[in-house]
Amino acid sequence: MLAPSSYKPGSAVRVRDDWPEARGPCHIRTPHYLRGRTGRVVRHLGDFPNPEDLAFARPAARLPLYHVAFTPQSVWPDAGGTELLVELYEPWLEPA
Amino acid sequence: MTHQQAAPPPEGPPRAHHDMGGVPKFLCEGIDTEPHALTEFDRTVDALRGILGAKGMMSVDELRRGIEAIPEADYLRLTYYERWIRSIADNLLARGVVTEAELRAALDAA
Repeated sequence: MLAPSSYKPGSAVRVRDDWPEARGPCHIRTPHYLRGRTGRVVRHLGDFPNPEDLAFARPAARLPLYHVAFTPQSVWPDAGGTELLVELYEPWLEPA
Repeated sequence: MTHQQAAPPPEGPPRAHHDMGGVPKFLCEGIDTEPHALTEFDRTVDALRGILGAKGMMSVDELRRGIEAIPEADYLRLTYYERWIRSIADNLLARGVVTEAELRAALDAA
């Protein structure tokens, strides 16, 4: 895993193509339609306790949260708009 | 406008039923953005969640996890605050704050 807050604005990142919901009870904040998609880090929003642990009342490490921008048409071919902006936690991102 | 969803990975697992963002069925239906009047039930459930949070008995993250765990047929049928009270009840039962017998007795008495 990467060190905390390792992505700078402009970094190309890929959302991990991981499906924990297929493995059992979980709580995740990464929408299904972004798994495996490539986007660009816009800004580091701060560090927040991992909701995936808070959801089960477990001790939660603080994780960097980013605004990541995607091209809407890369997700939905005939979508409108110019930017799809999503908040994503660092463990869901890998360098692209 | 219709939106065609890009194909997921061929062998990719299906999305969780609550994970509705970007699903064509919902994209094609307009969102009702008019203010909604809260019922007495809604206010009571909201207050209950606030008290449980203040007492450290249940976080909003646990609330959300409980909502997401509601089986799909119930999830789609229940209103917003009905999903909340379902999750609150499941969380408090799992945590042992209330027993099923106590909950049943309280519901029967209501």
